[in-house]
Amino acid sequence: MNTKMVEMTVGAFMVAGFLALVYLAFNLGEVGLFDRGRTYEIQAEFDNVSGVKKGATVQVAGVIVGEVSGIRLNDDQLAELTLKLDRTLKVPTDSIASVKSQGIIGDKFIQITLGGALDHFEERDVIFDTESAIDIESLISKFAFGSAQ
Amino acid sequence: MSEPAVEFIGVSKSFVGRDGRRQVILDRVDFSIPPGQTTVIAGGSGQGKSVTLKLILRLLDADAGQILVGGVDITGIRGGRLEEVRTKFGVLFQGAALFDSMTVFDNVALPLRERTDKTEEQIRQQVLATLQTLDLSGHEEKFPAQLSGGMQKRVGLARALQLDPEIMLFDEPTTGLDPVMTREIYELFARTQRKLGYTAIIVSHDIPAVFSLADQVIILHDGKMDAFASPDELQWSTKPHIKDFVRTTMGELYQSQLVE
Amino acid sequence: MTDIAGKNALASLGGTGMYILADLGKMSLFLLQALRGLFRRPFRFRECVKQVHFIGAGSVLVIFFTALSTGMVLGLQGYYSLNKFGAEGMLGSAVSLTLIMELGPVLTALMVAGRAGSAMCAEIGIMRISDQIDALECMAVDPFRFFISPKFVAAIISVPLLTALFDVIGIAGGYISGVLLMGVNPGSFIEGMQQSVTNHDINLGIIKSFVFAVLVVWICTGRGYLVREIRGAGFGAESVSRVTTQAVVMASISVLIFDYLLTAIIL
Repeated sequence: MNTKMVEMTVGAFMVAGFLALVYLAFNLGEVGLFDRGRTYEIQAEFDNVSGVKKGATVQVAGVIVGEVSGIRLNDDQLAELTLKLDRTLKVPTDSIASVKSQGIIGDKFIQITLGGALDHFEERDVIFDTESAIDIESLISKFAFGSAQ
Repeated sequence: MSEPAVEFIGVSKSFVGRDGRRQVILDRVDFSIPPGQTTVIAGGSGQGKSVTLKLILRLLDADAGQILVGGVDITGIRGGRLEEVRTKFGVLFQGAALFDSMTVFDNVALPLRERTDKTEEQIRQQVLATLQTLDLSGHEEKFPAQLSGGMQKRVGLARALQLDPEIMLFDEPTTGLDPVMTREIYELFARTQRKLGYTAIIVSHDIPAVFSLADQVIILHDGKMDAFASPDELQWSTKPHIKDFVRTTMGELYQSQLVE
Repeated sequence: MTDIAGKNALASLGGTGMYILADLGKMSLFLLQALRGLFRRPFRFRECVKQVHFIGAGSVLVIFFTALSTGMVLGLQGYYSLNKFGAEGMLGSAVSLTLIMELGPVLTALMVAGRAGSAMCAEIGIMRISDQIDALECMAVDPFRFFISPKFVAAIISVPLLTALFDVIGIAGGYISGVLLMGVNPGSFIEGMQQSVTNHDINLGIIKSFVFAVLVVWICTGRGYLVREIRGAGFGAESVSRVTTQAVVMASISVLIFDYLLTAIIL
C-alpha cells in the first residue's frame, strides 16, 4: 500500500475514533460544555436524604428540570443537597422540596412543589421547606406491629 | 608499530547456561589486532567467536579485563561516547541482518539518514554508487527476502560501508553460501579493503577459504587463544590442539599441498 | 537420598524465583528504555503513522464485528433478564454501562493483543534472532527510538480510540437487538442510557483503555525483544513462536487482572 493510502486510512480511523469519543463524552456523559450558563444551583436542607444519589433527577410535576449535583452534611448536621436546575425554571421562595421514590424500591428523586410567592430563589439560596425520605422500614414496622417505637 | 585497532587485555566472559551451569567462554584472553590488516578469528563452534565479536562491539559486557578500541577502553562507557565508538565499526552479520520490512535502497540508506546530515539527494547518489560497485544495480527496490544469500551479504556489506568504518567486522561471512559464492565474497572483501583501507576482522570457522586473506590468525580454544602472525605459522604449530584443529578443518590434503 | 532430592527441589525453586525476578527486572528496564525512547530526537513520526495504521485502522473491522455481536447479545440477554422484573426500561442503561465500563476496554484490549500484539512480538522476535536489533545498535541507532517507542505511541493513540468505537458500535448493537428486535421502547432505551451514564463511568473506561494499551504493547514488544533470554523458549523460529504465544497469553491475563484492580480502585 502506498504512503498516501496509509495516511488516508489512518486519518479516517482517527476521525471515526474521535467522533465516537465525542459522542460518548457529550451525548452520554454530561460534560458541562453545552450547559454552562444554562443552569444554576440552589441548596436544599433535609433531615434525611437516605437513598438519594449524586445525579438523581429533580422533577417538577413529573418533568425533569435538573439533577442533584452534590450531597454533604452541613454545619448544622443536616443533609444539604445541591440542586442543579435549568435556568429557565423560576422557583418561588415558598416552594417545597421532597425526597420521593420511583415506586417502592425504585430510585430516589427530588420533587419540587412550586409555591405562589413572587420572589424566586437565586443562585446559592437554600430551601429550608423540605420533606425527607420516607423510611420504608419504619413504615412497614409501624404497619405490621402497630407501634412506631 | 602503530597503535592496535582493537586490543583485549585479560578479558574474561562466562555465561550461565540454560542448564544452570556456568560456562567459561573466554578466560583472561589477550590479543591485539593491528590496523589496516586482516585478522581472522577462528575456532570450533561454541568456542566464543561470536562472543568475542559482540564484546568488541559492546553488545555484551565483559566480566573482567579491558577492551581497547583505537586506544580507548570501551568497557564501561555509555550513551553518546559508546555511539561514537560504534560509528568506527561496520558490521556484516552472519545472516546479513537486513531489515526485512525495508527495500534494499532503504536498508543501505539507513545509516546515512540516521547518522549524517546529508540531503536525500546526496544519500541517493552515494547509495546508488555503492550498490553499483557491489554489482547490485537494479535491485534497489527489492526486499531482502527476494534476494539470494550472496546478494544479501553484499547488501549487508554495502550498508556497513556507508559510514566509512575504520574497522570492518565480518561474522561468519560465508555461512550458507556455496564454494563459488564464498570465493566471490572473499574477493570482494579483499577488493573493498584495498580500496578503503579498513581494518578487517573476520570471524569464521571456515579456515581454508579465508586463508588467502589473512594477515594474522587467532585461534580460540577452551577459553584461551593463540595468535599467529601468519597462516603459515599456524600450519607448522606444534601445539596438539592447534594441530588437531588444522587437521579437522583443513584436512591432510591442505597440509601436503603446503609441503610441496 | 530424600534430603538431596529436597535440596535439589529447593534449589530449582530458588532458581525459578530468581529467574522470575530477573525477568521482571528486564521487562521493567525495557519499559523505561521504551519511555526514554519517546523523548529521543529525531522523533519518527512516519513510523508512528505506519503503526497507527497497523494497530488502529487495521483493527477496526475486528472491533466492529466483536462490538456489534457483543452489543447485540447484551441487548438480548439484558432484555430477558430485565423483562422478568418488568424493567425493560433499564436496558439502555444496562447495555451502555456494561460496554463503557467493562466490555469495551477489555474486549478491545484482548482483540488488539491477539491481532496486533502477536504480530509485534513476532516481528521484534525475528529482528532479534536475525541480529537486526544488534545491527541497529552497531550503527549507533537506538532501536527503541527507531521502532519500539513508535509502537508505544501508536498503541496509546489507537487503543482508546478503538475502545470508543467499540462502545458506540456495541450500543448500536444493543439498540438493534433490544429495540428493533425485541421491541423495547426506543425512547426509554436512549433516555435510560443518557440518564445513567455519567462522566465518571466514561472516565473509568478511558483510563482503563490507556492502561490496557500500555500493558499490551509493553508485554508484546518486550517479550519479542527479550526472546533470547526467556527460559524454555528454545532457539530460532521455534523460540519466536513460543514467545509470541506466551506474550499474548500474558498480555490478556494482565489486562483481566488490571481490569479488576482498576475497577476496584476507581469505582
